Amino acid sequence: MTADGETTSSSRTLIDRERLGSGVRAWSQAIFHSRAGRRFLAHRGGVLSAIYIFVLLAMALLAPFVAPYSFETQNIDRLLQGPSAEHWFGTDALGRDVFSRVIYGARMSMAVGLLTALVSLIIGGVYGAISGWVGGWLDSVLMRLVDILDSIPSLVLLILVGVVFTAYQPFENPEIRALVGILLALSVVGWVSLARLVRGQVLQVREMQFVESAHAIGAPGSRILIRHIAPNILGPVVVMLTYQVPANILFESFLSFVGLGLQPPYASWGVLANDGWRAKSDPHLIFFPGAALFVTMLAFNFFGDALRDALDPKVARSR
Amino acid sequence: MSGKGLYILKRLAGAFVTLAVIATLTFTLLRVLPGGPFDTEKALPEEVKANIEARYGLDRPVLDQYLSFMGGILRGDLGESYKYVGRSVADIIGEALPVSMELGLMSLLVAYLVGIPLGVFAAARHNSAFDTGAMLIAVSGVALPSFMVGPLLVSIFSFGIPFAFLQGSLPPALWESPAHYILPVLTLGLRPAAILARMTRGAVLESIHQDFVRTARAKGVSERVVLFKHVLRNSLIPILSISGPLVAGLLSGSFIIEIIFAIPGIGKHLVQSVTNRDYPLILALTLVFSMMLVVANLVVDLLYGFVDPRVRPEKSGAGG
Repeated sequence: MTADGETTSSSRTLIDRERLGSGVRAWSQAIFHSRAGRRFLAHRGGVLSAIYIFVLLAMALLAPFVAPYSFETQNIDRLLQGPSAEHWFGTDALGRDVFSRVIYGARMSMAVGLLTALVSLIIGGVYGAISGWVGGWLDSVLMRLVDILDSIPSLVLLILVGVVFTAYQPFENPEIRALVGILLALSVVGWVSLARLVRGQVLQVREMQFVESAHAIGAPGSRILIRHIAPNILGPVVVMLTYQVPANILFESFLSFVGLGLQPPYASWGVLANDGWRAKSDPHLIFFPGAALFVTMLAFNFFGDALRDALDPKVARSR
Repeated sequence: MSGKGLYILKRLAGAFVTLAVIATLTFTLLRVLPGGPFDTEKALPEEVKANIEARYGLDRPVLDQYLSFMGGILRGDLGESYKYVGRSVADIIGEALPVSMELGLMSLLVAYLVGIPLGVFAAARHNSAFDTGAMLIAVSGVALPSFMVGPLLVSIFSFGIPFAFLQGSLPPALWESPAHYILPVLTLGLRPAAILARMTRGAVLESIHQDFVRTARAKGVSERVVLFKHVLRNSLIPILSISGPLVAGLLSGSFIIEIIFAIPGIGKHLVQSVTNRDYPLILALTLVFSMMLVVANLVVDLLYGFVDPRVRPEKSGAGG
């Protein structure tokens, strides 16, 4: 339990491992022994969700090794079979293994969900920080722009932008093409709410005394923003990003479902659901990709809730 | 009162600018979109294609097209569809929009009638089994993708899988009689109902421990009246604040639902018009969707004043 109590008798050959060990220890200290970390670990749903997300991510990354079959291997003798020991989620109308296709589909979902969050963190973070930090007329102009972007019904434009971006890009691989198209479309609108949040947070934190004292000892603005303000507004930002992930995953599957996203034979949960919907009389085809999406959405929501409660105890108590 | 009139005018002017920006943006995007409306699989002879494009004014300079498009909107003329030959866009939308609004209104009704009471009762029995159960349902409702719920309901109630006795009890698609309405309305209403339930529960929990509630109880007001009159009234602001986008989203129908159930609403046209590159129809649909959002948000902002007289619309309008 007490990491500081153990005395390590080290020989010189162990230096590297020791340094590595201290890094791991610092991280585990931060995760398991900080207040926020403990609060998060106390949230059972949050921990389960984190494990699920981690496993799903690993399966997505290692899909070719984890999936029992390839996403396009057909077995003509076994069309439209229900779940069995050989095909856990059954087979589709072309005799492909649905379980494998669901695993491959996770790649698209995770990539869209996580990468869009990253992009909106970068754009929204910088935009919001500049707006809140510089203030004045620049702030008014930047926020006016955000207001206009916010009042655009995202659906129609998202579809158009997605189609445009899918068409114009240098990539050849259809999976990457669809991913980049959807990614760019979601990035066009995704950063807006984040920019607003970051601006509000910066406005609040910049008035605090530790910022003033940093000013007083002559720290430049960029250093204050990165070293003093950023760590203090990280909590709400991370929480908002966590909630954006499932929304973006859902959007990707909607697009692929109506045929504007990824195209068959490639697998995304939306493409699979569309296959299932066309097959009509075989509900297992729509149940499994749908359930994968459902559990993933739940996991990100629970994870977000746990994170929010851990990082902002005030909210947790008043709930 | 004149303040309120001025406020509405200001908002409408703002909405006008927003709509103009959206129209311009969409127009530009469409010109960037690869493939034209008359690219068929078998290439048309050059002259034929040129003729068709001239017919729809596509041979003119882009700026010229843009100006006549914007001018047309101002006159209320949305142009002629490229794919439904001879039909005006206004005609198509006039036919499809009422269907979408019907679907949306019914789903909205379901959402409010289920979501709000569920949230109120869950909050009233905070931390009880009922509360946990209701919130479990609500959380699931938010996370369930509609393209899963719809087809599964269809396979249960129309195809009788796995309950054979239910086979044929409800029609699987189309929009013809009340029996046809049930499945799509339930599918579309589920998510907003779940969102409303969570929102209502949170808002009610905030106000349920306040003094006026204790006073009402002390006066001997029945629990139902306390909950639905005193508490709910004071919890309406957060419920209202999500209602704008919710209503706009539902009234314009959900394109997924309309595709799954083959409902002839505007959502179905949305995807088709993009695939068909039916420029005038896409533009008009974009504007219809935007208008819905703008109007819904304006109405919600005005309602704030009614629900809570302390909120002055002049203040709530300024975003950022």
